[in-house]
Amino acid sequence: MLLIPCPWCGPRDEAEFHYGGQAHVAYPENQADLTDEEWARYLFFRANPKGPFAERWSHAAGCRRWFNAVRDTSTNEILTVYRSGEQRPATYEPRQAKSARPAFEDEALSGPTGVQGAEPPGNGTGRGGGGESHPYRHPTHGRIHRDTPLTFTFDGTEYTGYKGDTLASALLANGIIQTGTSIKLGRPRGIFTAGVEEPNAVIQIEAPFPEPMLPATTIELYDGLVATSLPGQGRLATDPDPARYDAVHAHCDLLVVGAGPAGLAAAAAAARTGARVILADDRPELGGSLLDTAQLQDWVTELSEELTTTPDVRVLPRTTVFGHYDDNHLLAVERRTNHLGAAAPTHVSRERVWRIRARRVVLATGAHERSLAFADNDRPGVMLAASARAYVNRHGVLPGRQAVVFTTNDSAYAAALDLARAGIHIAAIVDTRPSGNEPTEWARRAREAGIEVLTGHAVVATEGTPRLTAVTVAPYAETTGTTRHFATDLLLVSGGWNPVAHLFSQAGGKLRYDDTLGSFVPDSCRQAVEVAGSANGALDLAEALAQGAAAGTRAIEAEGYTAEAPNLPQLPTEPAPTPAMQVFLVPSTTDAPRFVDLQRDVTVSDLTRATTAGLNSVEHTKRYTTAGTANDQGKTSGVLASGVVAELLGVDISDLGTTTFRPPYTPVSFATLAGRDRGALHDPIRTTALHDWHVMQGALFENVGQWKRPWYYPQDGEDMETAVLRECAAAREGVAFMDGSTLGKIDVQGPDAPVFLDRLYTNMMSNLKVGMIRYGVMCRPDGMVFDDGTAIRLAPDRYLVTTTTGNAAAVLDWMEEWHQTEWPELRVHCASVTEQWATVALVGPRSREVLGSLAPQLAVGNDDFPFMAWRDTTVAGIEARVCRISFSGELAYEINVSPWEALALWEALYEAGAPFGITPYGTETMHVLRAEKGYPIIGQDTDGTVTPQDLGMSWAVSKKKPDFIGKRSYARADAVRPDRKHLVGLLPDDPAAFLPEGTQLIADSVLPAPPVPMLGHVTSSYRSAALGRTFALALIKGGRDRIGERLYAPVGDQLIPVTVASPVLYDPEGARRDG
Amino acid sequence: MADTALSVPRRSPLAGAAGGLAAATRSSGGAVRLAELPFLAQVNVRLDAKGAAADAVGLALGLSLPLEPNTVVRAGELRALWLGPDEWLVVGPPDTQRDVEDRIRAASGDEHVAVTDVSAQRTTLLVSGARARDLLAHGCPLDLHPRAFGAGRCAQTTVARTQVVLVARDEPGAGFWVLVRSSFAGYLTDWLLDAAAEYMRGD
Repeated sequence: MLLIPCPWCGPRDEAEFHYGGQAHVAYPENQADLTDEEWARYLFFRANPKGPFAERWSHAAGCRRWFNAVRDTSTNEILTVYRSGEQRPATYEPRQAKSARPAFEDEALSGPTGVQGAEPPGNGTGRGGGGESHPYRHPTHGRIHRDTPLTFTFDGTEYTGYKGDTLASALLANGIIQTGTSIKLGRPRGIFTAGVEEPNAVIQIEAPFPEPMLPATTIELYDGLVATSLPGQGRLATDPDPARYDAVHAHCDLLVVGAGPAGLAAAAAAARTGARVILADDRPELGGSLLDTAQLQDWVTELSEELTTTPDVRVLPRTTVFGHYDDNHLLAVERRTNHLGAAAPTHVSRERVWRIRARRVVLATGAHERSLAFADNDRPGVMLAASARAYVNRHGVLPGRQAVVFTTNDSAYAAALDLARAGIHIAAIVDTRPSGNEPTEWARRAREAGIEVLTGHAVVATEGTPRLTAVTVAPYAETTGTTRHFATDLLLVSGGWNPVAHLFSQAGGKLRYDDTLGSFVPDSCRQAVEVAGSANGALDLAEALAQGAAAGTRAIEAEGYTAEAPNLPQLPTEPAPTPAMQVFLVPSTTDAPRFVDLQRDVTVSDLTRATTAGLNSVEHTKRYTTAGTANDQGKTSGVLASGVVAELLGVDISDLGTTTFRPPYTPVSFATLAGRDRGALHDPIRTTALHDWHVMQGALFENVGQWKRPWYYPQDGEDMETAVLRECAAAREGVAFMDGSTLGKIDVQGPDAPVFLDRLYTNMMSNLKVGMIRYGVMCRPDGMVFDDGTAIRLAPDRYLVTTTTGNAAAVLDWMEEWHQTEWPELRVHCASVTEQWATVALVGPRSREVLGSLAPQLAVGNDDFPFMAWRDTTVAGIEARVCRISFSGELAYEINVSPWEALALWEALYEAGAPFGITPYGTETMHVLRAEKGYPIIGQDTDGTVTPQDLGMSWAVSKKKPDFIGKRSYARADAVRPDRKHLVGLLPDDPAAFLPEGTQLIADSVLPAPPVPMLGHVTSSYRSAALGRTFALALIKGGRDRIGERLYAPVGDQLIPVTVASPVLYDPEGARRDG
Repeated sequence: MADTALSVPRRSPLAGAAGGLAAATRSSGGAVRLAELPFLAQVNVRLDAKGAAADAVGLALGLSLPLEPNTVVRAGELRALWLGPDEWLVVGPPDTQRDVEDRIRAASGDEHVAVTDVSAQRTTLLVSGARARDLLAHGCPLDLHPRAFGAGRCAQTTVARTQVVLVARDEPGAGFWVLVRSSFAGYLTDWLLDAAAEYMRGD
């Protein structure tokens, strides 16, 4: 959501503004002299340039001022704003793309760097002893709470785990690695990763509430969890989700996304400076990759405690920032109570959407390890190397007993060493890099730990069903040698690292290919965002810490705070890194599938079919093969797919690029996004001061805009037809009353109010006498009817105008727009007073007697109080303004009082009218009564293509006024066509035949072959008590010239004959108006 | 300063919600305090801020109309809220609207000053208590941090899906006024009570 700087109120959310189109389009002075084409050019043509564009905006939900903005239509950035009437600034500062990591060179710490796997994992931080019941649990490793065992069920079998486990780690501890079968090929699949990037272990939660397709690697274990494996696809719940979901807005100087080494360093630099900082991380504990590698644990603990207690720092664990939008508006979802299982309190939301507006953002989102495309690389037991390391260090879980490690880079060596220390037998490290390029120090450490290092080799085949039992290793590329066979239940793979650049890319950031890393890294972005740590390609721990601290410092200093040197840890000396080898595709001698996207079952063969079919971009191959489109969105496979496609096409991967990253980063449920915006709170319900009375009287309600209006008041089991006929009869024969409070009301004040209204309405308002009322029609410049209502003249310089119920806000905006942007010289002001007044329509031949009995001091006779006059008086002791207006053709009054006293007035009328059988009526009866008189409802009988003349209201279009909005359009050739559609009445030949609204009308009694020439359509249709028959209003081509003609209305299989009539079907002489 | 003796009972837009608001206040143990402040006098004033009438009207009301956008000036029980560069809302105790209107008209002289009684157009919800800010943040996109929206600030903005005039009261700990169109008041109250669920003690 854009942050638009209102020239008066400052930056506000885009949602508070209305767009007003191109700015500086002058309203033509000499309209009469313009040709139709020139006038049409003003009406319908606007510029549409690429780049800076001056346009009008209104701060509609704020100060209601119109202003101008220059927006770049290609970047959607607001470049400058200026007040209405001011000149467009000649120059403005365009926003520049900034590097994702400015001044990187200054940050590198001196001394040796690189610590992956440096610290011995030691005894870990797991509590208590035990673990005996878990065959694959290390006795001491991990951060799990061994004193809090939890029971859960998977595929019908009960297991135990510990607090601190994920479902995946608990399954692995129990020796379960297979979690389902694949979606297309039905192959067994196992836990592949330890985080959100998981493609395989996507399971169904059954209880407490069914949820499909959740990665077992991210589900915190809780007591009573029931889950089942899936065949690649889940099942939606059929019951409504009973949990509470909500949302909250938050603002900060700095948002740090990710609490790994770089994110923690950034937050440490920004904390305690007075800056408002939010640190969000998707895991339950801060630390990120440091928890997986068991490094710097003390620093993490100390800093976590410090951050959570620092004022103005908000730490949000279990919170995934999933969308990065305009002007640093970010959305995050916090999982608040799910990990509590059945103990979750019901009054606390289960998940919460955070709508964060950050002045600055540091993205420290880490990196995902990627796989390699080798034969049968999908068996349960094949796992990413760093993920296996995470299971050992975080959860004290051994994902297998013996392992082969297959890598292209250094990081898997540290993983292998950690696993070996935890007791897993590492048969070999298979490194694709030839012996000349081996990481000497790492290889030495590995060999020292008894691990064979096979350089220049690759895994070319695997065996085992369902679980891996053996791998075949062969010389790779230039290397010669013999093929080897290893019995193993675990194959750890590392094909390199992909920076998590999703949010950066969503923010509009550009990525570039990094040759060293063999992946795409953040390059530059136009928003105030920096990327730090492995998200930025800095896989070295020291460099990640330095980048994070520098980014945090820069961000808050840019916001005017003074940073202190952050508390950063000391790092031990590490082996110098050896360049990784860029490998995606591993040659195979068999036709065994080499999977690229495990979740979509997309193989190298599938991609080959795509490229041989001529698809030469990743966007195309993605759509052709569905690679990267599953709910993991290709986190482990995206770059692998790009690499494979590049190789197949024989092009450089840097030329091929990536597919587009779009929110959300990880799946978010609709229930979470809906939050509290459901049920009764989904949309505002507007009610009048009399609403409770209507409810108590059993009214059924109709939605008119956001208003609830009584539709009709059924009595004693009446159906709608009977109730409405009864209400109509009361209004025509006795007396009836209706709540008309929803009508829009606008107070127009100032010496130029008369000329202002003369320009807005098609008819003359300036010559209306004080004390009198006039009906008026408002049109758009194209001459089409926009609204209608009445104007009552309160004083020479003051009017009260009414609008239709649904259009009140639009009419006030319309008035402000013309006043502020075209006629600022007019001394006039408008104020909404819709709710200042409650309005009761009192209708029927007996209405005068009812009113007279309650307003003894009011002369109610026709001569004293004529039609279209108003009087201030008291009614039932209540100050009231009574208007003689009729929307039914009957003698009628509109009584306006304070809404605070509306109920007293209503009840007084009900009581005083009782002897005459006073009847409350709703909108349906109102519609019937007005339709019998041919009064149109704007928006029902019109649709934005209808002129006042089309409605038969030429009398309401002034011939005297020099100009008013719409005037020139009535001289357009199109406005005077004889075949324009006119509003007419329709009488079905069968007085009981009912024409549904929308019914088309044709000339012939036999349906011709298509295309059938249509003459028009029914806009309103009712049963009339007064006419004793059905009738309709319709817009018909040349309708007024067809009065008396027979037309046909196709309804279902029938052609119903109808006769065109005048729209005024009841009391055409107007005899009933004065009682 | 009643204008007329009241002969008929008045009913405020949230008369029916008073019980629910009081119950929520009790149940939250003071974390949130919610109440309708009914029948406050509210008068909309439009005039040229640079004209002579601005000073004259200020003099007549005993306060100077604020010129800084989105601020409130208070004198005694009368407040003037900036709504726009030429628009203010003068808020006073119940039944003073006619007096306020008359004083402004009398001070206007020959200048074009538009004065409209809008006392019933909006009603006022008091939202205070230690969690008032958090409660409003569920539906208000504005930054309500004391540094950004401290005492004496006001804003026309949205809460949930309705427009409001929000006032940060200048008395310490006095919380916020939420002025809402009367027809939306029931909806906003329902919304606030729902959002407050988390601040209730589970009893």
